Amino acid sequence: MDGLTLFIQQIINGLRVGSVYALIALGYTMVYGIIRLINFAHGDFIMVGAYALFFTVPLMIAAGMPAWMAVFVAIIVCAITGVLVEKLAYRPVRAKGTNMSALITAIAMSLFLENLAQTLFGASPKQVKTIFDLPMIFGFSGNTFLTIAIGVVVMVGHSLFVKYTKAGQAMRAVSEDKSASKLMGINVNGIIALTFAIGSGLAAIASLMYVAQYNQVTNMMGSMLGLKAFVAAVLGGIGIIPGAMLGGLVIGIVESLSKAYIAPLTGGLITSAFSDAIVFSILIVVLLVKPAGIMGKNIGEKV
Amino acid sequence: MLSIKDLHVHYGAIHAIKGVSLEVNDGEIVSLIGANGAGKTTILHTVSGLVRATSGTITYDGVNLRATAPNKIVSLGMAHVPEGRHVFSRMTVQENLRMGAYSLSNPEQVKQNIERVFKSFPRLKERARQIAGTLSGGEQQMLATGRALMADPKILLMDEPSMGLSPILVKEIFRIIETLHAKGITILLVEQNAKVALSISSRAYVLETGSIAMAGNAAELMEDDRVRKAYLGV
Repeated sequence: MDGLTLFIQQIINGLRVGSVYALIALGYTMVYGIIRLINFAHGDFIMVGAYALFFTVPLMIAAGMPAWMAVFVAIIVCAITGVLVEKLAYRPVRAKGTNMSALITAIAMSLFLENLAQTLFGASPKQVKTIFDLPMIFGFSGNTFLTIAIGVVVMVGHSLFVKYTKAGQAMRAVSEDKSASKLMGINVNGIIALTFAIGSGLAAIASLMYVAQYNQVTNMMGSMLGLKAFVAAVLGGIGIIPGAMLGGLVIGIVESLSKAYIAPLTGGLITSAFSDAIVFSILIVVLLVKPAGIMGKNIGEKV
Repeated sequence: MLSIKDLHVHYGAIHAIKGVSLEVNDGEIVSLIGANGAGKTTILHTVSGLVRATSGTITYDGVNLRATAPNKIVSLGMAHVPEGRHVFSRMTVQENLRMGAYSLSNPEQVKQNIERVFKSFPRLKERARQIAGTLSGGEQQMLATGRALMADPKILLMDEPSMGLSPILVKEIFRIIETLHAKGITILLVEQNAKVALSISSRAYVLETGSIAMAGNAAELMEDDRVRKAYLGV
């Protein structure tokens, strides 16, 4: 394979994994935008979605339906999980506690979901049946293009929803000013629950994209994926929706390129095992140069 | 129309409102005047449900507001223009107005209301697509008022509409309040600028450290020596 083809291949791979990160990062950024909470359990929602796929894909196949339709079940399962976590764990803490206690509750929910999954399904990885099996296109995997396409469609749809629908506008209003939103007649807790439902639903779509590629589910799969998506959200500017999408794609491409080129470029001194370290270093550098993230703005408020 | 009886509000250990009773009748402009920290804003927040009272009753058209969720109060016909405007500064003027009509379900009516607000505030129409945070203070006050009108309120709670505005703009805002009143909207006005507030009100209450110190006809209060000394600076 010549150099250019390899490079394009790596960019496309980067876009694939990046679109998975972008969808997860959207969930982080939406929740942060609306209640200023880093939902550390968000990564584990991907794991919940992946187990939902593991169980429903065979049912879909047995029923003679396309395997990917299992994603609708995963979306519902994830949305319910997200709303329950918000209602049972975060809302009571938000009413009484500080931001710090909410953050610790989020870490606790993450550990709880990981351990619950281990208790229920065991620690060994589960194989998921093939979800997509597309032919090669121009020498690239068709599955990759499909993953990128799903990511793009979901991101565009999400942006239109937030910009133009009444519920999307209410989400923006609540994220800016909860008291004023109440005065408008907006049910603030309802909109927060909706935000969790949508963010978790996006995580379910991300698990479809991920599982279609790697065919594997474990109870810990969400932790690294979630961490990288969190880095993506911060990189793009936490709380800023287009920032999460951009951050996800950037992280995906950086990871893919560093995996491919870091060993040859350093004469084997740094191996591709360091690609995660490079991803996190990029975050540190960007935050040093632009603390609010790539798309973050420090707008002065008019009084 | 709006009736508050023996209202008590606490912020933790602080007893902010100590047994306030007041009435607003259909078609009136009633002002609540008093110094900074007297509890004027707290009373409005308690009426709108943002702050919960410790005891007392608040009824609006026979409905017990203390048992009504804040997001349901708007649909009863009460809108609140908060102190400091609180426009959604990252949203456009038009989106802000849409949020004001959140309680309405008919999109046609929302459109009509936007046209009506644009007619009353031509400046907002010129800036319909502008981000609200970039408006001047006076324009933001117009937007906050227009946004409250989007819900078709029968009563408007206005908190310090003159705050931070130049004397010319204060005049304009109060002219707008009088126009709204002439259109049949009842108004409960909270103001530190007692002179202007009393000049357009039918009745007024003077609040001092959480209690009503004086109440009565606005024109008579304007002549009262204590009011003149403490609030009118004469």
